Parts: sequence; C-alpha cells; structure tokens
Amino acid sequence: MISSLAGVLFDGFAYGMLLFLLSVGLSVTLGMMNFVNLAHCSFAMVGGYVTVSLAAKFGWPFLATLPAAFIAAAAASVVLERTLYRRLYRASDLDQCLLTIGIVFISIAGYAWFYTTEQQSAPMPSWLQGAHHVGGMTFASYRVFLIVMGLLVTAILVLLLERTRFGAQVRAAVDNQRMARGLGIDVDRAFMITFALGGGLAGLGGALAINVVGLDPTFALAYLVYVLIVVAVGGLGSIGGSFAAAVVLGISDMAGKYYFPWLGAFLIYLVMVALLMWRPAGLFGKR
Amino acid sequence: MLRIAFAVAAAFAASAVSAQQTIKIGMPLTLSGQFADAANQMLNGAKTYMKMHGDTVAGKKIELITKDVGGPAPDVAKRLSQELVVRDNVDILAGYVLTPNAMAAGDVSSEAKKFMVVMNAATSVVITKSPYMIRTSVTLPQVMETFGTWAATKGGIKQSYTMVTDYGPGHDSETAFTSAFKAAGGNIAGAVRFPVANPDFSAFVQRAKDIGPESIFIFIPGGAQPAALGKAMAERGIDKKKTKVLGSGETTAEAALKSMGDTALDIITAWHYDYMDKNPLNQKFVKEYQAVSGGRNPDFFSIGGYDGMHAIYEALKKTKGKTDGDSLIAAAKGLKWDSPRGPMMIDPETRDVVQNVYIRHVQKVGNELVNVPFDMIPMVKDPAGERRKKEAAKK
Repeated sequence: MISSLAGVLFDGFAYGMLLFLLSVGLSVTLGMMNFVNLAHCSFAMVGGYVTVSLAAKFGWPFLATLPAAFIAAAAASVVLERTLYRRLYRASDLDQCLLTIGIVFISIAGYAWFYTTEQQSAPMPSWLQGAHHVGGMTFASYRVFLIVMGLLVTAILVLLLERTRFGAQVRAAVDNQRMARGLGIDVDRAFMITFALGGGLAGLGGALAINVVGLDPTFALAYLVYVLIVVAVGGLGSIGGSFAAAVVLGISDMAGKYYFPWLGAFLIYLVMVALLMWRPAGLFGKR
Repeated sequence: MLRIAFAVAAAFAASAVSAQQTIKIGMPLTLSGQFADAANQMLNGAKTYMKMHGDTVAGKKIELITKDVGGPAPDVAKRLSQELVVRDNVDILAGYVLTPNAMAAGDVSSEAKKFMVVMNAATSVVITKSPYMIRTSVTLPQVMETFGTWAATKGGIKQSYTMVTDYGPGHDSETAFTSAFKAAGGNIAGAVRFPVANPDFSAFVQRAKDIGPESIFIFIPGGAQPAALGKAMAERGIDKKKTKVLGSGETTAEAALKSMGDTALDIITAWHYDYMDKNPLNQKFVKEYQAVSGGRNPDFFSIGGYDGMHAIYEALKKTKGKTDGDSLIAAAKGLKWDSPRGPMMIDPETRDVVQNVYIRHVQKVGNELVNVPFDMIPMVKDPAGERRKKEAAKK
C-alpha cells in the first residue's frame, strides 16, 4: 500500500514535470504578452522533430540534441513572431486564436509531408533506459531525468525573470508598454526574446516528450488540451503556478488511473473544474 | 487470329462507349487526422498492387479516386461514398480504415448495388451491412478468439489479466479473447480499460503488476501507444519470462518495436501479416512497396489494400469487365489466392476473409527486433460470422 502510494506519487510527479516542460513556454508568452498562442505545441513539434532527425539520422547523442531542439524551436518562433504574430499583438483573442490554430493545421500538414505520418522515435542512451530499484521500489531512469530537467528549468526561469535586468524589462513592458517605452526599454526586442524563450521551451518539452508519448504530426493538437489545462489552472504568467498545476494534475491523473481505473483519464478534468471553481484565475493567477 | 478479332472488337466496343473505358474505384479514406498514417499505408498497398500488375484489367483502365474523410466520421464517410457513386460515377467502392465509416458506407453500397471492398475495418458485423461487400483485411474475433483458445491450450496459460483501450475494437477484442480463453479452461484475473487518449500507462501497468497474473492480454490501437505501454512495462519491471504478455499485431508493429527497443522482447502476438515474413511473394511485395511509399515498409493496412485490389482485379477478370454489383460479388465469392501474407480466401457464404493466423513472439534476429512466427492456425474463418450463420439457419 505504502509502496504503491509512493510509486503513484513518483510517477505522477514525473508526468507532471513533463506537462510542465511542455506548457511553461505558453505560460510565459500567454501570461507575459497576453498572446493566445494555440500553436504552442507546433513549436514543441519543431523541437521533437529536430531531436528525432539529429538522433536517428545523424547519430547525435540524445542529450546533445536537446539544446538544438531548444534553439531550432526558438528560431522558428522568432521568425513567426516577426512575420505574423506581432501584427496581432493588439488584436482580439478570437483573431489570435484563428491565426494560431491555422498555423497548427499548416504545421500538421507540413510535418506529414516531410516526415510522413509515421510514429517517430529517438534512440535513448542506456543510462536513460530501465529503472533503479531502491528498497523494493522502482524508479524509472527517464522519469528521474524528467524530474531533474523540470526542476532545473524552473530554477533558471525564476532566476531569469525575477532576478535579472532583462526579466524586469519584460515585466515592465507587459505591465505598461507606454511607460516602458518612455523609460527607454526596447519593448519590441524584449517581446521578441520572450517569444523566443517560450518557443524554445516548447521545443525542449517536445524533445523530452518523445520518449514518453511518442511523436507524429498530430502532436500539435493532441497535447494542446493538456497544455492549456496546466496554464489555466496554474494562472497566467506564473511560473510557480504552472509548476504547481502540472504537479497536481500529473499526480491526480496517475492516482486516478491507479486507484479508480474506471474513471480513467476523466479525473484530470474533474480536478481542473474543481480547482478553477475554487480559484477562477488559477492557483497563482493575479488577473 | 481469333485473338486479333477479339482485340479489334474490343477496341471498337471501347471507342463506342468511351465512358466504359475506365473502371473507377472510389476510396473514401482518413487521409488526414489521427488515422492518416493508416490510410496512407492502405492507399500505398493498393498502388503497389497496380504498379506490379498493371493498371488495365479485362481491357479497361483502373482509376483510383480518393476522398478524405478526416477521421472516425460515419456521416462524412456516407456522404462521400454517395458523392462518389452519384457524381463521380464510380463502379466500385473500396478502402475504409475505420469500422464506423465502413458501416455507414455499407448502406450506400447496398442501395446503389455497388461492389464494395473493405480493406481494413475489422469489426465482424461490418460485413453484414451490404450484400455487395467483401473484406480483405482481418476480423477481430478471427484473430482474438483464435488467440484466446491457443493461449489456454497450446500456450499452456491458465490465467490472464486483460488491458484494452476503451473503444469499440478494444471491447470486441476483450470479449473475443476472454470468451475463447474461458471456454478453453482459462480464467480471467481482472480487466481494465484505458481511456482512448492516454499518454502514460505506468499507473495501469503498476496495477496489473500488483495483481500479479500469469499473463496479460493487451489490445491498443497502433501509433504512439504500444511503445508507451511497452516502456511502462519495462520500467515497472514486468518480467516477460514470468508474466507473459499477449497482444495483437499493432502492439509489436514496426514503429512500436523500434521505439520500444529490447523491452519488446518475448511479447507474444497473434496476427495475420508481418512485413518480415520470408516467403518470396512477400519479399517481392515489400521491395515494390518501398519504391511506392518512399522507403516505408508495408503493414497490415498495406496488405489489406494490396489484397483488396487483387480481389477487384480477379473479380473483374471473371466478369470480363462487367462492373454491376451482382456480377462482381458473384465473381468475388470463393476467390482463392496466394497473398504475401499466405493463402487466403473470400468465404463464399459470408463474403469475409479466411486466412492463416500466426502466433509470433518478438525475438532478436541479428541486430533487429522481429516478430518470429512459431505457431500457425490454418485458414481461420471469422467465428462471429459463423455464429451469425448458425443463428440464421435456426430461424
């Protein structure tokens, strides 16, 4: 009983970290810049396919492909930001939704064209396969790795946005653009970098997700719901909120499937509804 | 001399009725969405057949017309099938990856009296929807009941825990396997159904492990899930030497084996086709298929498409190019041929596929993971179809 509970908590936490890595980028762009980017998972897909290509075709080690996935997705998001997104910063939510969902469909068709609709996988190094056994419990190596990555990304993001000059500029630009411009902050640049950061994080999440959920062109839509749930429950623009929401949702999903399998995946939605009724702006939401 | 006369006559006849020069085959397929890969593989299977056997039969050119259904959408499948019949004047309907789509289109075939070839849609009852329908894929009871009986008898397994995806084919497989397994003396330790959208299986696997059954029976759709499930099993430390893992062909399909790696070893599956099969016909098919598909290997969708085209070609040869539903279905009933999957037949009574079911386990051959067949049940009919036949006879 105790060991099964611990197992559920560990697996749920690791699953939560995966949700967090996939969604934190959206939390940054949606929360900081108020841009409804439904194409977030398309950027995740960029990262995923970069990792697959480099690891499977060119034989790069998995770890080395992760920064490449980050950079490629960040670059792709900068290009889109410069050419399309920036025109819609002041547009209504609906316009932003329409544009970005269109990008989702284009990305799905594009990837189906170049990579076919086949499931892709990336070879894993042996130290990320299998599991560690400690005191009658099993800890899957890749899940331990996910947890480490999740914590690392959280720490870096919090430090970057709360403790650096750049973070202060971004927050200022979001809160009051005119004032920020008046103070000489290059708002355009701050937004571009923020957007690149959000896209890059999505790419990293996409690359890390391959080994758990696989990768095919429908990824951009299939995981969008989970990502939106995490961001909504966590509260817009709050890194800590996304972290907490992802952990709560991951663990409740895992516990639901273990203890009440007939409820299946529905529990995650129940938890979402309950949390949002309790705190409509999300766990750590301000608005 | 006679031949030349025939050819001249045929040429005249053809030019006289120019609309009859081509035979159009309408294929409503899920070319986009979640099942796009299945549809592409099926279409490539059909195209491979046409590449290997030419695109003219009985003096007429064969033309494929595809439409995108977009997913499990019976109303769309029905509307597109109607449009194909009414507007594009197709002579034959073919394709159909998904059961609900095939069921809905069955009405069109039945009312318009059009020959219809189901190249996948594996739920048994599909075939009853139109008297002009044949199936060239597989039925779930055909494989899963056979597997259940095999497991409890030759497989020497006395107990099983079933884990299936919570959707139609999953329920059918669960019922088929469970009933046959119990009838042959096995007992079921428990059952669980996964939600259709399920990225992570570890909780379900942990539960199975805690129950500790002698074997686990799995049915999940192809795609990302087999690999995710396989990894969850490896991570939870399910030892396949102690707890046997039984599944359908999807569980250990090519892409799944690749991403599962060595964790797939020793999974036992029952299925009707594998691209690694060594018979010369299959090796030739795989080579041609790779040229058509840009390097992909065929899977069970491809072989359904390939054999579906074969049935169409052979039926057209027998009718000498006549395309009305009655002539074609009469010609298709009882067709027998050697497919890359092995010998197969269209049952003259039920119009359903009859074929060998192979029991395979995943082994390492050289450096590759392969489904190695180690047992075979010859020429299995769809047991659900046989039961329907008996009930009809009673009435």
